[in-house]
Amino acid sequence: MSDRGIAAAENMKPPLLHSQELEIPSFASNAKGLFTGFFEWFGSLGVFSWQVLKAGVTPPYEWRELIRQLDEVGSKSFPLVALAGAAIGVVISLEARYSLSRFGAKSMFPATLVYSVIQVMGPVMTGLVVSGRVGAGIGAELASMKVTEQIDAIEASAINPYRLLAATRILACILMLPLLALVADSCALLTGWFAQAMVEPLSFHQFIESGFSGATFNAFLPPTFKTAVYGLIIGLIACFQGMRTSGGAAGVGRAATNSVVLGSLFLILADVVLVKFILAFFH
Amino acid sequence: MATAYENAVKQEDVERRGRVPFVAVQNLHKTFGRHKVLDGISLHVSCGETLAVLGRSGTGKSVLLRLIIGIEKPDAGSVCIHGQNIAGLALDRMGEIRKKMGFLFQHAALYDSLTVAENVAFPLEHHRRDIAKSERADRVRQLLAEVGMDGALNKMPSDISGGMQKRVGLARALALEPEILLLDEPTAGLDPISSGEIDELILTLQRERQMASIVVTHDLHSARANASRLALLNEGNVVVEGTFDELQQSDIGFVKDFLKQS
Repeated sequence: MSDRGIAAAENMKPPLLHSQELEIPSFASNAKGLFTGFFEWFGSLGVFSWQVLKAGVTPPYEWRELIRQLDEVGSKSFPLVALAGAAIGVVISLEARYSLSRFGAKSMFPATLVYSVIQVMGPVMTGLVVSGRVGAGIGAELASMKVTEQIDAIEASAINPYRLLAATRILACILMLPLLALVADSCALLTGWFAQAMVEPLSFHQFIESGFSGATFNAFLPPTFKTAVYGLIIGLIACFQGMRTSGGAAGVGRAATNSVVLGSLFLILADVVLVKFILAFFH
Repeated sequence: MATAYENAVKQEDVERRGRVPFVAVQNLHKTFGRHKVLDGISLHVSCGETLAVLGRSGTGKSVLLRLIIGIEKPDAGSVCIHGQNIAGLALDRMGEIRKKMGFLFQHAALYDSLTVAENVAFPLEHHRRDIAKSERADRVRQLLAEVGMDGALNKMPSDISGGMQKRVGLARALALEPEILLLDEPTAGLDPISSGEIDELILTLQRERQMASIVVTHDLHSARANASRLALLNEGNVVVEGTFDELQQSDIGFVKDFLKQS
């Protein structure tokens, strides 16, 4: 190699990092980062929730946007929730019939199906399905608006983005989840009865009378209305993840994924608390 | 020490221009993480005046505009609009002040789920519910005609070019008849012909409406075309401020280099 070539090669070497050492994150620093990140996330969520609440209860109210979101969350989730409910009904019916037959308790089948669907499976399954569809949709939509400065444009137009974007979506989720839970429950009971009737003759009237005998409103209304809490969780997490996004397309993807994962996780954790609450106060 | 606002209402200024500042920024500081973007910047703009803020990429020009409209909060300093410091105002209080301001974002920031007409109508639908729907629609058509986009009412933002999006963004910024217009790199990413058309459009609108305008740009030719005063930023502060001729006469090395390269 010529002298000129050696000189050129020398020039291409990266600068010597005499004063720098390669930093390898330690377990302690990673743990510290996770710890502070955990509390920072909850703190930011708290601040966000307060901003949304303040904006949501002060006029002018965004009625048109709320109606649009009710359609988006409710009507457009209807087919998916109905289908999921129908599938759950068949699954519970088949499993319950098999298990009850083993213990000689086939007569308990209608009540088992009704209580399983309305008190547990219907609300949770509705929440998880809507978290996947609506949570991801809200998270991705708001994240996309954030990275393209559309939310900044809304704010620059003297419109409160917490009121227009977040409060309407969260309220729509709170209002629509109980109705969607009723849809899921109805479809599950219908298909559950149908699956049973295909094997052993059982009229729908007999099924309903037997399933709901001895039941009171306290047995069914609280589990249905707990889905309003699910709606709050789904809407709040999705709006929070979307509106704080950064990082372009990757950030939008992360927001959508986190909206579903965190929404579903908190929904299930909330169910543990709500079940205890319902059992303590309504039974 | 007198504030920028107080300095600007000196008798000779009022006599010379007959105007008082609409926007006065005093000793503004802003840091993102460890990166100090603005380091005590001060400037002012009066009614009917256009100030072009120039500088290299990453010197905080866009951040300055975002601080003036209130999307970002300063770490220190004041931003006065009509003499009122907006630095600590709550979101809803800021709304009343923002109605007097129009902002054109660098990439237009059009709402991609709305048509061109719906984008321009958006501020009117929220703030001018007192006027009839038909009158709002007429206003939208008039605004789009002013920017040469009256043939694209029902198109979506994704169906039009970057230059057209800027025009629609400009129409939306003018919807509430603002007194202050903030333009973030209005010709960035455009070809020379489209840039010239946007410059011409901005100049015509400023002449007709007599707004106080701040144009952030790295394009010296565009700044010369649109602005009555130029401010050159470097390392978070104003290096020199004045007319283009005054900048050319500056002995500061950075200014000479900037003008030479542009």
